[in-house]
Formats: sequence, C-alpha cells, structure tokens
Amino acid sequence: MKKDFKKTTLSNGLTVFLKEIHTAPLVSSWMWYRVGSKDETTGRTGISHWVEHMQFKGTPNFPSKVLDQAVARDGGVWNAFTFMDWTTYFETMPADKIDLGLRLEADRMANSIFDPKEVASERTVIISEREGSENEPLFRLGEAIQHAAFRVHPYHHEIIGDTADLQTITRDELYQHYKTYYVPNNAVMAAAGDFDSKSMLARIRELFEPIPAGTTPPRLARHEPVQTGELRLNVEGPGETTYLQVVYRFPAASHPDFFPLSVLDSLLAGPSNLNMFGGGISNRTSRLYRSLVDKEYAVGISGGASATIDPFLYTFTITVHPKRKPQEALAALDTEIARVQSERVTKAEITRAIKQARAIFAYGSESITNQAFWMGYSEMFASYNWFLTYLDNLSAVTPADVQRVAREYFRPQTRIVGTYVPTGNGRASNGR
Amino acid sequence: MADRRLHLVSLPGADDIHREILPNGITVLSRANFNSPSVVISGYFATGALFESDDKLGLADFVCSALMRGTVKRDMQKIFDALESVGAGFGYDSGTYTSSFSGRSLAEDLPLLLDILSETIQFPAFPTDQIERLRAQLLTGLAIRAQDTADMSDLVFNEILFEGHPYARPEDGWPHTIRSITRKDLQAFHRRTFGPRGMVIVVVGAIEPKRAVDFVQRALGDWKNPSQAERLNIPDQGPLRKMKRRVHKIAGKSQSDLVIGTIGPRRKDSDFMAALLGNSILGQFGMMGRIGEVVREKAGLAYYASSSLSAGIGPGTWSVSAGVSPSNVQKAADLIVTELKRFVQKGVTKQELSDNQNNYVGRLPLSLESNGGVAGALLNIERNELGLDYYREYAGKIRAVKRRDVQAAAAKFIDSERLAIAIAGP
Repeated sequence: MKKDFKKTTLSNGLTVFLKEIHTAPLVSSWMWYRVGSKDETTGRTGISHWVEHMQFKGTPNFPSKVLDQAVARDGGVWNAFTFMDWTTYFETMPADKIDLGLRLEADRMANSIFDPKEVASERTVIISEREGSENEPLFRLGEAIQHAAFRVHPYHHEIIGDTADLQTITRDELYQHYKTYYVPNNAVMAAAGDFDSKSMLARIRELFEPIPAGTTPPRLARHEPVQTGELRLNVEGPGETTYLQVVYRFPAASHPDFFPLSVLDSLLAGPSNLNMFGGGISNRTSRLYRSLVDKEYAVGISGGASATIDPFLYTFTITVHPKRKPQEALAALDTEIARVQSERVTKAEITRAIKQARAIFAYGSESITNQAFWMGYSEMFASYNWFLTYLDNLSAVTPADVQRVAREYFRPQTRIVGTYVPTGNGRASNGR
Repeated sequence: MADRRLHLVSLPGADDIHREILPNGITVLSRANFNSPSVVISGYFATGALFESDDKLGLADFVCSALMRGTVKRDMQKIFDALESVGAGFGYDSGTYTSSFSGRSLAEDLPLLLDILSETIQFPAFPTDQIERLRAQLLTGLAIRAQDTADMSDLVFNEILFEGHPYARPEDGWPHTIRSITRKDLQAFHRRTFGPRGMVIVVVGAIEPKRAVDFVQRALGDWKNPSQAERLNIPDQGPLRKMKRRVHKIAGKSQSDLVIGTIGPRRKDSDFMAALLGNSILGQFGMMGRIGEVVREKAGLAYYASSSLSAGIGPGTWSVSAGVSPSNVQKAADLIVTELKRFVQKGVTKQELSDNQNNYVGRLPLSLESNGGVAGALLNIERNELGLDYYREYAGKIRAVKRRDVQAAAAKFIDSERLAIAIAGP
C-alpha cells in the first residue's frame, strides 16, 4: 500500500495523520483517545462508554442539541465508538464544511459540561441500551465467557459495563474520567479526503495547539495468569436455538503471530473483515463450514478476533443444528483443529487467503471514512505501519508458521467452551 | 478547501450512466469508477412473495436461498469456491414484488460474478440434500425471529396495519409453511416466475460501461422463458378506521420493542418528497429528530427511538420504533402518539425544513461515494422511473418542498386517533 500520508506531532503532543484523497468532495476526520473499558476498575465499569455519550451533550460553545443539528444541517454524519482499548469520534462531511467538525472536536476535547440533568437522563438511556443487548442470547453468552476468561486483566467486563455500576456512577466520576483521559497528548487525530494538507494542518494547529497537554494517563494492564485447564460454562435463556462459543487465547495485534493466525482464521472460518466500513465475504468454502454446516452439525459458523493492545480472544460461534447436541458440534470442531495442527496447509491455501484479504482491503478503500478510520485505528493497538504492511506480512506467512500457531494457540487447556442452553418458549405470533 | 466543481461531476447523470435494454428484455445500467480496483453488480427480477399462496408462505425466499445451493453444472462448494477464492461475494434476497441479487469482486473478476449470476438464476438444480439443509437453516432463522423483539414487533405491526393485504404476510413464512414446501414447489415456482422480463442489472466500478454491458449480454443475453408469469399488481390499502393495538409476549426478555404507525405514500406519489422530509424532521434529523428528543433525550426512556418512511411500488408505511424497558412501554407510546399529533396539527418550522433540506442535499456525495452506493442509486432511478439526471436535479426537488406540503402529507397519512400499535416483549 502507498505511503501517501503526512504524520505530525503538535507541540501539545497531539498526533495528527493527514491523507489527501480527491475522489469525492468529502473529508472524514477522526479523533482517537487512548481510553476504553480496559481502563475501568470495579465499580466504574462502563464509564468510558458513558463519557462517550456525554461528549454529545454539549459545551458552552456548542450546547447539546446544537451539535447534532449543526452537523446534520451541513450534510455530515458523525458518531462515536467505545472499545476495550480506545474511544473514537468521527465526522464525515462535505469537504467545504469540515471546519465545523474540527472546531467541535477541539472544543469537546476540553470543554464538555457534563450537566447533572443530562447525566441523569443518559443513565437510563444506557441502561436501556444494555437491556436491549441482554435480549440477545449471544450477548449473554459472550459476557459470561469474557468474564470467565479474564479474572485479573481488565478485559473482563463488557464495554457497556455492569448494571450495578451504571446505576451508581456519579456525574463527578464521569467528569474526572473525562478530564483524566481527554488530553491532546493521549489522542491521535486522523483526517482523509478532499483537502490540502498544508492548509489543513495549519487549521488543526490553530484549533488544537491552544489546548494544554495534561499528564499522560497510565493504562491498566494487570497481566492475566496462564489458564491451566479448559473452562466450560452454560448460560440459560429463552428460545429454541442452541449456540456454542469456543474461545481461545489470542496474542496482541502487534505480535508477529497475529499474521499467521489471520491466515489460519481465513482457512478455518473464512476471512475476518477488519474494516469498519466496507463489509466482508462469505465463508462457505472454509474448512469449518464444510465440516460443521455441510455435515449438519451446525446451521451457521463464524470465527474471528479483534485487534487489541493486550492478548484477547479468538471466538468460534456455532449455531447448533436443531437435531444435534452441542457436544457433537464441538467434536466436529475439534477434529478440524486437530487436522490443521497435524497436517500442514498448502501454499495455495495461503495464497487464496491473501487474495481474499486484498479484495477486502479494496472494498474498504472505496470509502474515505474507512481510509481515515484505519490511520487512527491501527495507531491505537500498533501503528499505521501495521496497516500499511499488513498484506506484505500475510504474504510472508508459510505453511509451517500456520501449523506452529495452530498448535500453540488452539490448545484445549487454554480455551473456554460456552453453551447457550435454550429454555423454549419460541411460539410464533399467530400461534400457528 | 474543496473544488466545488467536483460536486456535480461526482453525481451520476445521463452523461455518465450507460443504459441499454437487451433484446430479451433485461435492462442494464452501468457507471465507471476507477478510484478503487473493485466492481459491484446488483439488480432485481420480477418475482417475489406476491406469487405465493398462504399455505406456502416463504416459498420465494426458499427458492432465492436455494439458487446458490447448486446448479445443473456445479455443486454449491464449486460455486462458492470460485467466488471465495478470489475474495468475491454474491447472493440473492427475496422481496414481495421483486427479488434481488448483489455481488462484488475485484474488477478483473467481473466475468466470474456474471457467470455465477447467469448460471444460478437460470439453472438451479435444487439438490435434495441441500434443500433439507437449507430448510433446517430457515427454520432456525424463524426460531431466532420468534425470539427477537424488534423482528416480532415489525411482523405484528404489518399484520395489523395490512390486514387482508399481501403485505400482512411475513416474507420468510412460518415454520409450518416452510416445512410443507417440497422440491417440486421450488422447481415449479422457479419455472413459472423467473425470467428476463422485468430484470434490471447494474454494474458499477473499475470497468468501462460498454464493456460491462457486453459482459452482461454474453452472460444473460440468451436467457428466455416464454412461460414467465405476468407481474401481479399490488393492491391499495386504505387507512385504518380505528386504533389497533396488539401485544406479542416473548417471555424472559429484558426489553420491549414498540412500533407505532400508519400507511405511508408509495414512492411514486407526488407527496413522497414532502413525507420524506417530514419524516426526517419527525424522527431522523440529528439525534433521531423530534421523537429522539422527546423519548430519548428528555425522558431517557430508550436507547433508540426514531421514525421511518418505507415507500416502494406498493403502499408504504410511516412508523415510529423504539426499544424500551417493559415498564415504560405505555409511557413511551403516549409520548410518541402525542408527538405525532403535534406533528400533524402544528406542522414543521421554517428552520426545521431548511435544516433538513440542507441535510438531504449535503449528504448526497457521501451516500454515493462507494460503488454499492452508486449501484443503489441507479436501481432507485430505474425502479421508480426517476430519470437518469435525478441525482443532478435532486437538490432542486428537495428544495422545492414547502412547509405546507409537509403538513399536508402529515395530515393525509397520519391520524393520531387511528394508528397501528405493535409491542413485542416480556
């Protein structure tokens, strides 16, 4: 991939990435903060996500409703996401309107109000968001597995937080979290689109350099002890469908094994799509689809991992065939994992995985928003160079690498097997 | 900062959309985009759930899902091996009036995509083992639907709003209808309703449009089906004569979904644009418009609460949806009905209309930046006979809408005393 971008660090420590793309009259600007649910202690779970919500509630210059309406009036879209490792805000706007996005991002880096009334209203909104997630069997199962997987490391709770904490976190705690982490030296800004880099950088300096640097906040990273035996758990809930999740320990994205594991993921479960905008491809010819779905142990199978700062998880999600038991599907999965551990994959299979990755990157490149996204996103867990060299690193993977990582990471002793056990009650609306 | 000349050039228009009708009736539209090495195909064909009988509901969906499960030339694994080996994707989706397909690949693999389309749409084999496998997957999908509060509130909403109309029927059927569908049903439905007449294909991406048409001609130019059934018309549906409310219980859920709404305009109705902008003001603009302001921002009752306008060939819907705590369902419903009443009685302000017009005009380049976005736009033009310069003239059409037009559309379609209210939850 071409290295056609400019990277600058402002005097207050804010890192800025700029990439000119003149294919459409659009600019996408992203602000990334190094804070997420991994920075939360017991009693404060969900606070990073809640702060993200509060960042839409206004500053003295841009009161609550004004922000939304100003962006929408100019034909822009904006949103924010909170992850375990980071929190990000973006605006994609007509190119001649992006100044609004820059101004409001600079303003809310330092001047958000956190009005107690807005905090109270948002508390019930976030609890409602959590209740919506709890309606989903896979959320409930995933939460139980994540909790079992991380006893010590702060990846142990869901990003949205525990209800007990959502009911008790105070306005002052939210504000303190904001003031601690939302400092320019803890942020990366990335913009791509139809602009001139020189004038864009001048404008960014003008808006952001007056914001003083703060103390660089420490990250929480209590090391998770090695798991010494397979863990199994059940979650019961309404429905007729059994889900099985089988979860293995995965290295940090910056670890060299991430690349052979990505090839292995592609062969076993179909290529994962790391783009936030652009979509992926089907997995019908993956080994697991053929051995689980084609052989009717399952009606669906997917697999994937997130790119994270610290070691996290690789998750297989299996929708069990109604005529099968989850242990039958698990046995079929184990057979395929054993195969990839005992027999080397072919070079042709690796070449195929690389072509799939190349196509997925091409789809992602249609979107200016996605191109800006990658500059900041990859900086959050590694560096932009990680993205630029991704395909090269995949190309260097050998069959021996794939076999080695299959043996090292896909061991039953370090996995968690979770089953969603349905308790029935799935009658159709008209009772037919 | 930006070169404003780009703006107009970046919008599709008559001078850069190539449109051609093949001798067998297939309409092809194509537009080049060499900014990315990828290509998208998408389109629709004249079959769907309208052709199903009540006891075989889900048949069109079953047939469309089975097209990729094997043809007379190759089995499913070979079809997907061809696609996935090159990072391409392709699939079908059934609808009521028409059904659709879409796919994408690197530009060099466009002939492969069209080959898969041609083979699967003309010569599906409906292999018995695949049909049974698919049936189990469809039944699992229905079991998941039965547990999904959003899906079930939508389903119940359509049942009560469109009582007696084809739109009251779920396109994915019921467990008992899916169990009753035979291989012969699939074959007969395919033979009777699939054909080139009424089919539209759009190709967008790193390919010269004339070359794209040649590829389509080569792939599908020979397709004929003299016994292809004539299109069925979608009947009208009058407004509700009274308030209709139905609760669908799903035990063990922590949140309820709520849909409140009414019959909306057809896409070709003259008041569509006014309703579109009105809907944006009501429940889209900024943080979900007036509905979001009242239900989420002020009352803190829901994570999502918004309105939507669904307008197609047949009668549309105009509805408000929200996900709320089960104990707050009535409170949220009351707030929404009050807001609908205010919307009809007081209309919208000059500022609101102007903001929303700016939003619709300003966001157009973003919606058209990807090949998929342009393909969707070309299909919209063709399906609704909007004219090839529709997107170049779009700003004028949006800005021509007046406040009185919005209020007239609101009053025509929304009667706060006669609404369909569907709730699914514990």
